[in-house]
Amino acid sequence: MTAQAIKDQSQERQKQMLSDYFDSLAHAKENGRKVVYTFVPGNLTELIANFDLLPVLPEINALQNGMRGRTGDFIHAAEKSGHSEDVCTYVKADIGMLKAGNMGPTGQPLPKPDMLLLSYTGCFTFLKWFELLRKEYADCPVVMLHVPYQGDGHVTPQMRKYVADQIRDKVIPALEKLSGRKFDPDKLKRDLKRSSVAEDDLVWVLESARHKPSPIDAYFGGVYYIGPIFTAFRGTQDAVDYYQLLRSEIEERIRLGLGPVTPEGNLGEEKYRIVTEGPPNWTSFREFWRMFYSEGAVVVASTYTKVGGLYDRGFRHDPANPIETLADYCMGCYTNLSLPERINLIESYMNEYQADGLLINSVKSCNSFSAGQLLILREIEKRTGKPGGFIESDLVDPRYFSAANIKNRLESYFQMIEARRGRA
Amino acid sequence: MSTATEQSKVDALVSRAQALYEDVSFESVRRWKGQSECRKAIGFLPIYAPREVIHAAGALPVGILGGGDQLEIVRGDSFFQSYICHLPRSVVEMAVSGRLDAMDGFLFPSICDVIRNLSGMFQMLLAGKYVHYLDLPQNFDSELGGEFYRTELHAIADAVGALTGTRVTDSRLRGSIALYNQNRRAIQELLQLRTEQPWLVPTTEYYLLLRAGYLLPVDQHTALIDEYLQAVPHAGRRPLDNIRVLIRGAFCEQPPLALLRTLERAGCYVVDDDFVLGSRFIPRQLDETGDPWTALVEGFTRHSVSTASKYDEANTKGEDLVSLVRAVRADGVLLMAPSFCDPALLDQPMLQSALDKAGIPFTSFKYSEDTGQFQVIREQAGTFADAIKLWGKA
Amino acid sequence: MECFIGIDLGSTTTKAVALDSQGRMLGRGITNSRSNYDVAAQVARQEALTNVRFEMLSRALRAEGRFADAAEGLEAWLLAGYRHECFLGALTRLEDHCRRDLENPRFDSDRYTMNDALERIFKGIRADAAAAYTPGAASRSDFFRDLAGASFTAHAAEVSRQGGPAFDRLVGLFDRNIIPVENETETRSFQHLLMAGYRRAPDDLRQDDDALSRLLETAATAPLTEVRTVGTGYGRVRLPFPKECIRSEILCHGLGAHLMFPATRTVLDIGGQDTKAIQVDENGVVTSFQMNDRCAAGCGRYLGYIADEMNIGLHELGPLAMGARRRVKINSTCTVFAGAEFRDRLAAGQAREDIVAGLHRAIILRAMSLLARSGGIRNEFTFTGGVARNPAAVKALREVAEENYGGLTLNIAPDSIYTGAVGAATFALRDVVGAATTQEAA
Repeated sequence: MTAQAIKDQSQERQKQMLSDYFDSLAHAKENGRKVVYTFVPGNLTELIANFDLLPVLPEINALQNGMRGRTGDFIHAAEKSGHSEDVCTYVKADIGMLKAGNMGPTGQPLPKPDMLLLSYTGCFTFLKWFELLRKEYADCPVVMLHVPYQGDGHVTPQMRKYVADQIRDKVIPALEKLSGRKFDPDKLKRDLKRSSVAEDDLVWVLESARHKPSPIDAYFGGVYYIGPIFTAFRGTQDAVDYYQLLRSEIEERIRLGLGPVTPEGNLGEEKYRIVTEGPPNWTSFREFWRMFYSEGAVVVASTYTKVGGLYDRGFRHDPANPIETLADYCMGCYTNLSLPERINLIESYMNEYQADGLLINSVKSCNSFSAGQLLILREIEKRTGKPGGFIESDLVDPRYFSAANIKNRLESYFQMIEARRGRA
Repeated sequence: MSTATEQSKVDALVSRAQALYEDVSFESVRRWKGQSECRKAIGFLPIYAPREVIHAAGALPVGILGGGDQLEIVRGDSFFQSYICHLPRSVVEMAVSGRLDAMDGFLFPSICDVIRNLSGMFQMLLAGKYVHYLDLPQNFDSELGGEFYRTELHAIADAVGALTGTRVTDSRLRGSIALYNQNRRAIQELLQLRTEQPWLVPTTEYYLLLRAGYLLPVDQHTALIDEYLQAVPHAGRRPLDNIRVLIRGAFCEQPPLALLRTLERAGCYVVDDDFVLGSRFIPRQLDETGDPWTALVEGFTRHSVSTASKYDEANTKGEDLVSLVRAVRADGVLLMAPSFCDPALLDQPMLQSALDKAGIPFTSFKYSEDTGQFQVIREQAGTFADAIKLWGKA
Repeated sequence: MECFIGIDLGSTTTKAVALDSQGRMLGRGITNSRSNYDVAAQVARQEALTNVRFEMLSRALRAEGRFADAAEGLEAWLLAGYRHECFLGALTRLEDHCRRDLENPRFDSDRYTMNDALERIFKGIRADAAAAYTPGAASRSDFFRDLAGASFTAHAAEVSRQGGPAFDRLVGLFDRNIIPVENETETRSFQHLLMAGYRRAPDDLRQDDDALSRLLETAATAPLTEVRTVGTGYGRVRLPFPKECIRSEILCHGLGAHLMFPATRTVLDIGGQDTKAIQVDENGVVTSFQMNDRCAAGCGRYLGYIADEMNIGLHELGPLAMGARRRVKINSTCTVFAGAEFRDRLAAGQAREDIVAGLHRAIILRAMSLLARSGGIRNEFTFTGGVARNPAAVKALREVAEENYGGLTLNIAPDSIYTGAVGAATFALRDVVGAATTQEAA
């Protein structure tokens, strides 16, 4: 069996999972299933599943639409209807899609929300996003789950209690009311157990990038690897199986001494090992990726793949403390970390993964990521002595991806690493 | 009393406020601190911080609202991409240039991702100083958000108290609440006078008076406003044929004074706004007799004003704005937001649709704290005013 | 002679530099970048090689006792004659294109008058050129487009005023046909062009001497071997070079600045459309860099807009600002608002000199933020790019740099426009020399 075919298996599996998921959304109403919209960071997927409700994740729709080239028109439509040019394009892509008939990325209709679960972790725009959606869906109830920020660099017992109390006293009763079902703590524990099994395998996969050469790309490949666990599949047997399969594929790649799979086959020589900070650009995802692999650059660790949980720093969903573990999960997502803690994390990635440099992709849409990134860059350069690179783009606004400009900077950056190596 | 005397009294009060406003190095705070070894100052960023707690701990709460159009940005820009608003640039400029040295600590209230991350930047740039991210609750249930906020208040009281060596007792806190109640009363009177007879209270004067409250000790600020309120009705000011406008969106980064002047010259009386919003975030008197912590918690969770950074639990922000427009008899609304201000700009479509539905005229534009050209705004506001005068009022 | 070539394909100009195997500058050339980057690179390279041959010629003339005295005058005539010949060649091609254009049916009604007008215009341009290409004549530009364009416009206006076809119609002809001309290269040999120039020199300089002819011929035909060429600059990806012969402009710029001023640690380059802040080590290796974001605010182009707004030449802006008496604070460096802000301030009674000085300070402050992002300013500090030729920008930079980083040595080379090309040529040389060294070691 060739490496390409092995890869295809997990990728095919994920594709199938995603397509089944969008199918179930398309037929939710006729099947009598109710739908909860919520966000990726700090999502309460196991809890939503506990009431047999279907989660819809608007960022995922926006990014999937971005990869399919649909967001330019959506954003334009939203701006025409009064949304500012200055604000988050995920929001505008979502509003634009809604105005265009709410056909999802797969071309199937998306169901209207029966509830907006505003678990707002690490991003103020989420709050405005659901306030806006609430207006679009007249009577849709909103449940606010305020997740405090780790402003002082850690989670305090008061913070944990605040979130856990909200889950117990606000979120669960609201979900019970919406679904007409009683909360089933035993099922939650079973699902959380499955979550933690899948999380173990995910961490193994992400950490495989410590090998030289790295068998994975932890950014461009990484966004596929985190897909199931960051979204609707955490806590399912599907996710457990997917991560087992993925892990076995990577084990095989290590055995064969192979580098990461790229859209054009296996990467040849690993020339640069890079840590990235910030989300990727979705509208030109392939082109952006090519700018890396065509130069032999491999991303060995990324912060973006931690927006849905910092599993590699030890967190696992803990079936023994189901509510508190959900609270800890929410508060532990990457964008909920203080800036100094983000810097510490990146520094440890630079060292643990023996990286040649830090590259920041600063996206216009996301101030949660972007504000302060230039300080992060300088601090990491200072602490590690490794060169930093800085490029700017956007999540799903094709107007903000200037390929020539980004390629120019990336090439300069990689050549600088090379030149500095020669000097050492 | 001659009108000339009263006018010169007003002028003196306003120039005092203006001098404070123009002081981007916080010399007034330095002078205040210089009077005693143990005096401390705590800076807070927009929008709201519980100043009573800082005051009760024996420190001076100082509002930090950016550098306006006076400050030359040399290093501040190097920390921020072009798509981030201007306020953090000038705040960082002030920090790295030593202008904020008079502060012994900082509170960064939770209003947006930029201010949130700025708190971490301060932790790095001013290592060793007390820098706290004040996570104001978005859950307003007293048992949930209220309890969480109570722990926040205690944490701040302990931290600031450790700096000053003064423990925040219940009675000290009650005393502070009483002083700030006086200040709230004075500000509400100013607001009311401005709404009723806007020609008496030009926007620039009103604005400078509010800003002074972010630098002066609270009792001095209350006295300043009271003196102004006494003098200004007799200063011989006459109404003009201006329209009455309500302004929303300026709750964080502040418009430069020249922009406010431009609006007035374009024929607009501002009868309601959200400038310097933290000074009137809780518009009513707080309980001075019971548990002072509960008074502050309830003040925030139950009585604080609606703004873009606060979750609109009741889902009534549009209707509330419409009612307010009617209550202050505004002819129209100016939605003016700082460029790249996520909360204000994301709020706008919701406010616009409510205004549309109610048939209230509005116009919107963006600004930054160092906007230097007003031609477009002048024309836009002028056209807006003329159209309302011509085609009738809302 | 062995040559190592560096080509810097910038957004407004394309530069080429030729080095010898010792790394010494042999020649350099510049042309305007145009729609066809390949041609721009070829033209710049040809210019550089021409420059090399003139350098060889100069050395030979001075080495030969008999010619040494007259060398300077002769060289000047040869160069002027050479350039004149090149100009006339391009002009003939331009005229051919224009004539062919007139065969288009849309000229059916006025073909005769248009042809007649062209006849007069081109005659005028040729007369202008004869005067322009004498040693010592001042020229505002070296580029064919600029020279021919200015002359064409002047004569077209005259012809039109005297009852000829409408001015717009004539200028339209130029605008359409200059593009293909720019994308063609000179096909005649150096020798041919040189001898044509020689024939044009005054008699007293043209000694009927076999030795001189031989000397000219040797210089014209001596083999120039281009051992290796490295391309750089913003348009480098469009150069038809193999990948290993392309280097990032950042690396080239850092190395070039190091070669010009070996103690350089920080480089600031402000060009037409971008600004770069670069840190280099003691060997000229780039250790950190920052470039402006997608917004061109604060680049040279911004000053261009202001000059347009004031209806003066770009080069007049700096000297004007030097006359400022008061400091005016300008906050926006947005090119879109530049004109409006300027008018607003004039209307508010501020002096032109003061506003313009404020604008210079504003773009320097933008540059300071990029410098701070890249790691600050370290001594020595080298300033390059088109804006480095502007005295007011240099003054503002000196002030702001000293205010924030203390006393510094600020280097500005008059020919800093070639910085990137010098770096690229040096990479070309090092690629080969480095390879040879490796072979010896093996």
